[in-house]
Amino acid sequence: MNKKQKKVLVRIILAVVLLAAAEAAARLLPLPWWANLGIHLVPYLVIGYDILLKACKGIKNGQVFDENFLMAVATVGAFALGEYLEGAAVMLFYQIGELFQSVAVGRSRRSISELMDIRPDYANVEEDGQLVQVDPDDVEVGTLITVQPGEKIPIDGVVEEGTAMLDTAALTGESVPRHAKPGTEVISGCINKDGVLRIRTTKEFGESTASKILEMVENASSRKSKQEAFISRFAHIYTPAVCFSALALAVALPLIRMAMGMTPEWSVWVHRALTFLVISCPCALVISIPLTFFAGIGGASRAGVLVKGSNYLEALADVRTVVFDKTGTLTKGVFEVQRVAPVALSAEELLQYAAYAEAFSGHPIAEALRRAYGQEISHDRVTAVHEDSGHGVEAEVDGHRVFVGNTKLMGRYGLSAAACDEAGTVIHVAIDSAYAGYILIADAVKDGSAEAVAQLKDTGVSRIVMLTGDRIEAAEDMAKRLGIRDFAADLLPEDKVAAVERIMGERESRGNLAFVGDGINDAPVLSRADVGIAMGALGSDAAIEAADVVLMDDDPRKLPLAIRIARKCLRIVKQNIWLAIGVKVACLALVALGFAGMWAAVFADVGVMVLAVLNAIRALRV
Amino acid sequence: MKKTYKIDVDCANCANKMEQAAKKTEGVKDAVVNFMTLKMTVEFDEGADRAEVMERVRANCKKVEDDCEIFL
Repeated sequence: MNKKQKKVLVRIILAVVLLAAAEAAARLLPLPWWANLGIHLVPYLVIGYDILLKACKGIKNGQVFDENFLMAVATVGAFALGEYLEGAAVMLFYQIGELFQSVAVGRSRRSISELMDIRPDYANVEEDGQLVQVDPDDVEVGTLITVQPGEKIPIDGVVEEGTAMLDTAALTGESVPRHAKPGTEVISGCINKDGVLRIRTTKEFGESTASKILEMVENASSRKSKQEAFISRFAHIYTPAVCFSALALAVALPLIRMAMGMTPEWSVWVHRALTFLVISCPCALVISIPLTFFAGIGGASRAGVLVKGSNYLEALADVRTVVFDKTGTLTKGVFEVQRVAPVALSAEELLQYAAYAEAFSGHPIAEALRRAYGQEISHDRVTAVHEDSGHGVEAEVDGHRVFVGNTKLMGRYGLSAAACDEAGTVIHVAIDSAYAGYILIADAVKDGSAEAVAQLKDTGVSRIVMLTGDRIEAAEDMAKRLGIRDFAADLLPEDKVAAVERIMGERESRGNLAFVGDGINDAPVLSRADVGIAMGALGSDAAIEAADVVLMDDDPRKLPLAIRIARKCLRIVKQNIWLAIGVKVACLALVALGFAGMWAAVFADVGVMVLAVLNAIRALRV
Repeated sequence: MKKTYKIDVDCANCANKMEQAAKKTEGVKDAVVNFMTLKMTVEFDEGADRAEVMERVRANCKKVEDDCEIFL
């Protein structure tokens, strides 16, 4: 609790004691009416003087529907009707409610910012052989900074010295630590778990990942959702509407009763009208919606899903069509050896010969072969290398003549290559003029892709489409393996916008279309889709700029997770809207019919707010 | 031209009222008040004097909610 809140708490306790004493005195002693009024006015003024003051200022500034003014009218009215206890108690409960709200909101504000506690406070820079802590804002690009165990990396950079395990959980939601060694690019916001790292910065603090993410999350709740806009519009008309019905209740109903020959019962109706004024305060209604979205966005970023605005969280909850870009999203985007099919020698040997023959090539296929072989290559075992672009390579390895290449290369030497109809690139190998087998190389599917597709179907995504620039056979094979029925192949990057537009035109019912890409070359598609999602964006500024939702690591399973988080958040928002409006309307009805008094009204008001705030906090838990 | 200011206000509805008041201020193109982060983002009209406009924004906000503050 802050100072302001503590002061209110003291006043509440004081008012409770004074009110209890006043009530006891009024019951036990035969007091004249003015003394009774006096002893009730003391606790009333203790608890409500600021409200009365604000009400006066409000009138001066023409704020008739200011809630301070409404509370003042309601309670002063109660005193005028001789309901001293009620007048003081309603003010008391109102203040208790306001205090609770202010504490609860402050708490959640703090717990959400603690979740997002990735802001580095300082950077260690070496000056004259001494480590000095400086403001990370003052560190220039290319400075050597030191990160000790337990500290956060303040600025993006490249490790020059030292090795360490990095905890990236605050950024990606991924609990497995990453290894950093000299040459590794590291991003700010990661926590160094062990080992001392010396890092050469590559960016300014303001441009570093941690700053960018924080800026994004903080700005996120400024992009308001439809629900938020609805509730502020609702609050705008709700208060005047209730006030006018209060007026109608106080004036029109007694007059009607008089006209019908009944006793007008002025005081009964005025009392009910005053109770209406208590219910007309909109704050409980207005607080819960932005709080829920704020908690939802906070919870999502904790899980490694950055949502750029409440409106995108809302759109994400209603995604019914998902379009995946294949490369880099469902697949790793790098070539990998998928299968080794040797003839008359071991797979290990075949891979070894191929890797040696390709020892000097910079082609991605050659790199994949060497990676799969995985051992140091001693270049002096390879001689007489001749690269034949478009066909393959010939080389002398340990005195053997080795050909590595496609079917055409084999054909040139009169060798018949084995057939392989799997998707990918087939590399044939011949050793000393004899066919030795083939190696299948393809873009590897990510571990979680098939599971992500299955989970998306479970969450109610009705259409999943894969876009790729690959040949149709390769696309078909990949789609089948992942359980995707819809795909479009042979697409040039610029065809993708048209493809997404076509899919958007085809959808039969409501629901949004989400496009998932790796953020490279697909900015136009990302902005064309209802929700543009960039994946594996850690460190990629372009993707963070272009997308509406950013998945921090490259696990496709984050997408169904993001949709589930969004749905949960929206569910809570809807519950809160119905809860708040429902209870308010029910209260108005009960009060109008005389079943509930001012006590019930203020209890309902405060109670709904407590429930709505507690409910909103649930969105934080993913 | 957009700029973000830190604000202090106690209730969510008051924040909404501040937003309305700021939007209506002369020289302000658009304004968004974020109650959760206690920030006000103001987009100014072309060529408006920011300091002067913000003084007016503050005065207007004080009118609708006496108990608020904008840290300029």
